Amino acid sequence: MVTTSPAAATSSTSWWRRSGGLSTLAVITASLVVLSLFVGVYDLGAEGGGEMFQITRVPRTIALVLAGSAMAVSGQVLQQLTQNRFVEPTTTGTSEWAALGLLISVILLPSAGLTERMIIASVSAFVGTMVFMAILRRVQLRTTLIVPIVGIMLGAVVSALTTLIAISTNYLQMLGTWFMGSFTSVVRGQYEVLWVVAAVCVAIFLLADRLTVAGLGKDVSTNVGLNYERVLLVGTLMVSVATGVTTVVVGFLPFIGLIVPNVVSLLRGDDLRSNLPWVCLGGVAIVTASDLIGRTIRMPFEVPASVILGVLGAAGFIALVLRLRRHG
Amino acid sequence: MITVSNLTKRYGSVHALGPVDLEIPRGGVTALIGPNGAGKSTMLTIIGRLLSGDSGRVEVGDLDVVTADSRELAKKLAILRQENHFVARLTVRQLVGLGRFPHSRGRMRPDDVEAVDLALEFLDLTPLQDRFLDELSGGQRQRAYVAMVLAQQTDYVLLDEPLNNLDMRHAVTMMRQLRRAADELGRTVVVVVHDVNFAAAYADLVVAMVDGRIAHVGPAREVITPYVLTEVFGTPVDVIEHRDRPVAVYYH
Repeated sequence: MVTTSPAAATSSTSWWRRSGGLSTLAVITASLVVLSLFVGVYDLGAEGGGEMFQITRVPRTIALVLAGSAMAVSGQVLQQLTQNRFVEPTTTGTSEWAALGLLISVILLPSAGLTERMIIASVSAFVGTMVFMAILRRVQLRTTLIVPIVGIMLGAVVSALTTLIAISTNYLQMLGTWFMGSFTSVVRGQYEVLWVVAAVCVAIFLLADRLTVAGLGKDVSTNVGLNYERVLLVGTLMVSVATGVTTVVVGFLPFIGLIVPNVVSLLRGDDLRSNLPWVCLGGVAIVTASDLIGRTIRMPFEVPASVILGVLGAAGFIALVLRLRRHG
Repeated sequence: MITVSNLTKRYGSVHALGPVDLEIPRGGVTALIGPNGAGKSTMLTIIGRLLSGDSGRVEVGDLDVVTADSRELAKKLAILRQENHFVARLTVRQLVGLGRFPHSRGRMRPDDVEAVDLALEFLDLTPLQDRFLDELSGGQRQRAYVAMVLAQQTDYVLLDEPLNNLDMRHAVTMMRQLRRAADELGRTVVVVVHDVNFAAAYADLVVAMVDGRIAHVGPAREVITPYVLTEVFGTPVDVIEHRDRPVAVYYH
């Protein structure tokens, strides 16, 4: 019989499993969110300051919170569904498909409102992600890095198509600003649809156990009587809606869905239900921090949050690849 | 009772199984033996409804595995495949807790927690329960997977080569624990084993398969014989006695 000393059973990461870690993270995130309300070029003490606060600062901060948690949670769910650590909406083509959907909606329905655009972008993201999943099923060699490579290639092809359509319809210039991943233009009346992602996050929380089981694959799911295909479909739908809406309102937010769930997984493992608060807070903290840096680094000008995220995220991605390679 | 009738399966143009008829009685340990490609895993996987047969029927208890509600079936029958590569980082306790899913649907009640405790205890995993799976040795991880299917508390437990990658000591421990699961917990355990001597030492019923068909079924003493094994494995096998159990010798 294998005997194990009690000391060996205590994992080195146990500190993080205590609730102290979560409250620390919550305090940090809350501070960043409050900071976001008061950082900007406009002097809130000046005349009309209160109104400016309502028109831009509050919407912008709410958008940061919603988009940050949406993208982080989407990444976590996609990683469970594909059983791969390297996927997130921008490495599965989901974001690119949402962008294509948005462009098509602008061309075909020029008078459509934000809600219609959002629906079309989400549907397009869903179709695209299902295409990705279908291709994955046919790929025989599903090594860790093949999966995101397939997704990135697919995304590049869709992106090229989007660009082609944009060129032939004179939308190319707008394309750049739309998908920049910037919170600069988030003002009252332009962001409210983002609340949809809050509903998606709640739904994912309710489905958390099913998604955790699905993360162990089709055989284990079937063994415990879970309809794997249905969970795959519903999970993909949730991610598509979250990504579609975020893309329409703020654009691409790369790497959050990759970095946050992976760091949380390293610290706490992959039990989705207990991880979700961590993933949400982590996503909000990183997006908010990136936006704050973007707002202050070249004041009075702004650098899009996605640029900061790209820099942070690329470094994080490489660190992750190296780490996983070391650990096999 | 598990009843397999007229079951067949092809992989493309390759004939994998059948037609097979088999009855596995309730209770005890049943071992499936045979050379590589004999269809043991294919049959086990079809019985566990992870794969569908081309024709024929499989009934477990009184449920038809193809038409029965998957969740109801999950309370009657648990199956563990040979290869389990989980990307998800779960602790042993969380993994075993997922075995309660058919009963709890994710909301663990006191009896679910009790079942998890029992399964952990049964496989000596209690000291390891808060470790992540990727921090365990291969043998410990294999035990954790078996604990997951035992926590499911099903009448029937199907295991495809549970001794794979286990060294001598761990293989013996695993077979003893499966034997105890049958004797003390009243489970019907069906295992595919590579080493016929584990079948000889622990199984009540031995099913020998060749080329997708069942060659012999019977108590260990009737199947673990030089004649049957030589024919089934296509290599000369001698059988000697050791502590009142047959032991196959096939190294020359």
